[in-house]
Amino acid sequence: MSKRTFASLMAGVAMTIAGASAAAAEELTIFWAEWDPANYLQELVNIYSKETGVKVTVETTPWSDFQTKTFREFAAKGSTYDMVVGDSQWVGAGATDGHYVDLSDFFMKNKLADKFLPATVAGYAEYPAGSKKYWSIPLEGDANGWAYRKDWFEDPKEKEAFKKKYGYDLDVPKDYKQLRDIAEFFYRPDQKRYGVALYTDNSYDAMAMGVEQTIFSYGGDLGDYATYKVDGITNSKESIEGLKAYKELYKFTPPGWAKAFFLENNQAITENLAAMSMNYFAFFPALANPATNPNAKGTGFFANPAGPTGKRFAALGGQGISIVSYSKKKEAAMKFLEWFIKDETQKKWAELGGYTCSTAVLKSAEFQNATPYNKAFYDSMLMVKDFWATPEYAELLTSMNQRVYPFVISGKGTAEEALNGMTKDWEATFKKYKRYK
Amino acid sequence: MIATLKPDSSHALRGLSDLRIRNLFIIPTIIFLIVFNIFPLIYSLGYSFYDYSAAGSEEPVFVGLQNYRDLLSDPNIWNNFTVTAKYVIISVGGQVLVGFGVALLLNRTLPAKGLITTLLLLPMMMSAAVVGLFWQLLYSPSWGVINYVFGLGDFAWLSDADAALWAVAITDIWMWAPFVMLLSLAGLSAVPKHLYEAASIDRASGWYTFSRITLPLVSPLLLIAIIFRTMEAFKTFDIAFIMSTQPTTEVIAIRLYKFAFQEWQTGKSCALAYIVLIMVVAITNIYVKYLNQVKER
Repeated sequence: MSKRTFASLMAGVAMTIAGASAAAAEELTIFWAEWDPANYLQELVNIYSKETGVKVTVETTPWSDFQTKTFREFAAKGSTYDMVVGDSQWVGAGATDGHYVDLSDFFMKNKLADKFLPATVAGYAEYPAGSKKYWSIPLEGDANGWAYRKDWFEDPKEKEAFKKKYGYDLDVPKDYKQLRDIAEFFYRPDQKRYGVALYTDNSYDAMAMGVEQTIFSYGGDLGDYATYKVDGITNSKESIEGLKAYKELYKFTPPGWAKAFFLENNQAITENLAAMSMNYFAFFPALANPATNPNAKGTGFFANPAGPTGKRFAALGGQGISIVSYSKKKEAAMKFLEWFIKDETQKKWAELGGYTCSTAVLKSAEFQNATPYNKAFYDSMLMVKDFWATPEYAELLTSMNQRVYPFVISGKGTAEEALNGMTKDWEATFKKYKRYK
Repeated sequence: MIATLKPDSSHALRGLSDLRIRNLFIIPTIIFLIVFNIFPLIYSLGYSFYDYSAAGSEEPVFVGLQNYRDLLSDPNIWNNFTVTAKYVIISVGGQVLVGFGVALLLNRTLPAKGLITTLLLLPMMMSAAVVGLFWQLLYSPSWGVINYVFGLGDFAWLSDADAALWAVAITDIWMWAPFVMLLSLAGLSAVPKHLYEAASIDRASGWYTFSRITLPLVSPLLLIAIIFRTMEAFKTFDIAFIMSTQPTTEVIAIRLYKFAFQEWQTGKSCALAYIVLIMVVAITNIYVKYLNQVKER
């Protein structure tokens, strides 16, 4: 090979590498779970791509694999994903284990704490609680709510029969007592019609979310998130009553309702199985769409009812977007976030179907009237409360699942035994991680 | 012998020499085994003595045998082992009964025997995930055919803490009994016909023929099937994970998965993996010893 040929070849290689690097700088990858909001986000980021020339791809994986795959990537300190739309419980691990970039300055500079709904800032972005340290930008707000068969509720015969039996009008339940009554009223196994569909899948956080919001609404709690104190709180009288209420509701679920999450609970409405179905609002577009729900016209939505003392809570779902600290394109990712937080972007995000956390957009009549469930969503977002966001949250979830599931589903033991056992486990976990000073 | 062969010898030129076979196939295989099996095995053994989370930021802390002590004194882990043992007994027992029984039937002269055998082998060719989802529907109290056929009404197999394990094991039996059947069939076809003729001349009863001729001659292959199925059943994850979230179906592999990939307790999960490995090796050794005894008879 002549010197000249060699030089030309090397120049070609150098140019190819340089070109590849330049192209790489123009591409960003966001990792999220596989569901409709991820498709809406892809539509949104396409606008960013058009405006800036930076190609943004929303890569997804099924929900069942989302946590495992994300943390596997974190464990490998991989730069495959520049941003991740992570679950609210991950913030603690993301912050303390160094997986997320600290966005506190960005947050302060853009006054995002005022721009986004306070619950979403506390739930998705801030860790530790009250520290003013922020690790994510609230992206997809979500809360647990209810879909119900409006057509069944409005049937005059049903209304009459209900009033005769319970002494008050059949309507959207105002409290858990009414929710229970309505579930009991529509529980008709001989007609293959059942009262209520609950979350019962205990492989991750589904059942825990259903249980926790009932406990919260009954005045109970999952502990003091600041001091890690759990004894006397997680097993308090109120928490026990909340768990009993969930168990009581389980009596009115369709048969075999032992591994139900969002898919099954939406099917409960589409397949005429249940009068009311618990689910995250992010899954409700499918129920309002006649193409995916033959009962769409007869389906209504409501926010969680109040507990016996009037307290109302909804389990926080949703996710914030964080920059992965192992990304090689952190600057480009930051620029993307600057675009994402703009008012017009948030408005567009809501129009596409995303659940924006922007207070201004959420408050607008335009948003609240856009779908049959947006008003209930807004109401729910004002009363959300989350599970522990501490890095050892997964161990807490495992223990809760192990203790609570046999009581709720199989009727083994008592609510006291389940919560006392869970409290003991959680204390041991916190001791192991040296949370008590 | 390998070293004495010259790569450019006439033998080598005609086809692949032993030396080339070694270089092309054996060495890469050994390297592959070392990189992907032996190295992780040793590496994970090291981690089993550390308090370590792969997803965490803290450095691993050497804790000696603490992980093993914690695991072996954890009643939840023993519960997982009990569930696994029950599952192995029901599942492997069922597979042997069904598989061997079907093999005995297929060992007779039947029309379209080849086609029937092929159809019976279909379940084990399917993906475990598909089988799990498929049987979940079959067990459904609302639209499943099992309750309809057996007149069980609304009985919820997978919601019932006691029935769930049976439901999962029955699925595994359906899927893997054909494997036992296949090996049994191979064993049965190898039994010399003259032994049956001699038994027939001596007017031996059906049971006598079965217990003195068929079973002893088939048992080495049947035991091999049992060894394979026991090892697999002990490690079962997919079917149980897909079908049920009942604590009564949480076999040890599911617990191990949760430790490793949900809770990211890497050190502890490595220790548990070693405990499971030792148990599987011990059980397999018992079987192999018994297999050797059977062969020597």
